[in-house]
Amino acid sequence: MSDLAHPTEHGTSPAPLGHSPVADIPHRPRVTDTDPKAARRAERQVAFMFVLAMLLFIAFVASFVLIDPQAVVYIPVFGTVGAMNIALGACLGAGAFLIGAGAIQWAKKLMPDVEVVQERHTMPSDPAATAEAAANYARGRDESGFARYKLIRRTLIGAMALFPIPIIVLLRDLWPTPPGSPSPDQILSTTLWKKGERIVTDATYQPIRAADIPVGGLVSAAPADLMEVQEAEHNLNARGKAAIILVRMDPTEIRSQQGDGWDYQGILAYSKICTHVGCPIALYERRTHHLLCPCHQSTFDLADSGHVVFGPAARRMPQLPIGVDEEGFLMAMSDFQEPIGPSFWERS
Amino acid sequence: MKFLAARRRHPLVAATLLILALGATGAIYAAVATVQPAVAAVGTQTQVEEGKQLYLQGCSSCHGLQSQGTATGPTLIGVGAASVDFQVSSGRMPLAAPGAQAVAKTPSYTEEETAALAAYIASLSPGPAIPTAEQLDFADADVAEGGVLYRVNCAQCHQAAGQGGALTQGKYAPNLMEATPKEMYEAMITGPQSMPVFADSTLPVEDKQAIIGYITALQEASSPGGLSLGRLGPVTEGLFVWTAAAAALVGAAVWIGIKAR
Repeated sequence: MSDLAHPTEHGTSPAPLGHSPVADIPHRPRVTDTDPKAARRAERQVAFMFVLAMLLFIAFVASFVLIDPQAVVYIPVFGTVGAMNIALGACLGAGAFLIGAGAIQWAKKLMPDVEVVQERHTMPSDPAATAEAAANYARGRDESGFARYKLIRRTLIGAMALFPIPIIVLLRDLWPTPPGSPSPDQILSTTLWKKGERIVTDATYQPIRAADIPVGGLVSAAPADLMEVQEAEHNLNARGKAAIILVRMDPTEIRSQQGDGWDYQGILAYSKICTHVGCPIALYERRTHHLLCPCHQSTFDLADSGHVVFGPAARRMPQLPIGVDEEGFLMAMSDFQEPIGPSFWERS
Repeated sequence: MKFLAARRRHPLVAATLLILALGATGAIYAAVATVQPAVAAVGTQTQVEEGKQLYLQGCSSCHGLQSQGTATGPTLIGVGAASVDFQVSSGRMPLAAPGAQAVAKTPSYTEEETAALAAYIASLSPGPAIPTAEQLDFADADVAEGGVLYRVNCAQCHQAAGQGGALTQGKYAPNLMEATPKEMYEAMITGPQSMPVFADSTLPVEDKQAIIGYITALQEASSPGGLSLGRLGPVTEGLFVWTAAAAALVGAAVWIGIKAR
């Protein structure tokens, strides 16, 4: 083994490094450069980190095999956590870290630390090659006659301009519209609610009598035939559009509504979908009658036609006219009179 | 008797007697403790009288001498015993200071005084009663169904993991991690402060029990993944990772950059 291969092991200053020009920075030898004991110690440190990493990887496999996946363990600050989860993470993370730390310790303490200058080629091509490329381009331009044949040039530009149009037209097929089916804006503008549609509690589908809702009460509700439609359509679109909340307030507190007599004895039905970007909202404050959206803090005053009193929403919360059927259960008197949810292009 | 008399100085006598005495005490306590709520719920005439005295001293300045309400406090006619029990036993009433919302704190009244106040208010006009032990028994409740109902009815304000959340102008929906089943039930039937009422007619007792079972499961849930970071979701997790990981990376870069001596 020559000094060049192990410059520090014998405490010599770094050997000249072949053709790499040494930078114009004075070199100050490290402890490991001058003291062989320190160099040995650094070597042992690095090897210790690598050995520890090996042990941690073995411990990882052992934890994976031995620890019961359901076992939990209490660790201060972290709380009660899955024992295997924490063991696997700690072993793999610490092991990987120790490989990196060992490599850096090796580089800092033992590898040569002389500053060197890296030689690089200049960025631009040489002038002859640049001139040749420019000449090639000019010859191609002249020989093709792009400047001379005006008709060809203009028709080519026209063809290229029309080329993207078929692709854009194809986008229309992203929305399946067989003949007779509603257009996208009709779909966005209508919901399951219609005259006589019974209002039921969301999730439990129980019909609601007016007397069931006390003043200050809030019920998340849905149309009675939501389940069938949802199963037929294999999606949640109908639920997303038809979700409503019912709130009851003292009729004297209702300052205005979106239509005459749209409440039933102080029970008001409003869409549950925010008109800003469509978050479902039911943060109803029974004292202020404000409905707050948790996403962007749009606030609607349900005692005053659902008008926006704060936040980014641009449109009021659509109200659903309600009444009772002959059995005394709450029902819708029609669909929403304006599209629910966020605005869209075709929205009038 | 001869058998016992002969062994009255046996070394195990003291220990046996102690165990028997402890067992008897426990059994008597258990019997008394199960009877207690039924007694408290009835509301005797003396309780009503005592409650009236407490009311006139502690509550009437805001809620009015006839509980009719004043400019500083709402009427208590028809709020029921459940509302009084919720507000007073959780320390929300009496208010420490006027503000956006009454804050839960150490209760000012003992259990007996609270029961007396509740009995007095309930005697004025009918209202929601304090839930019975039977109503609060959620042992057989369907926790998964409770989760569905919680997400439909409660999660919008109290957050999906029951951590609470902000409302408008300084009001907030409280964290449910310390709430007792009785407090949850009373809050649902009375609608304290900004909270709407979830009456038994639209959210039946079994549904309330399922919701209470779900919240209790949330309270007892461990965090298998480690730090829960308030269970607030990706925002706090992202913030923690970005700040902690960025600090660790900067530290590592500094260490790599320091020249070895």
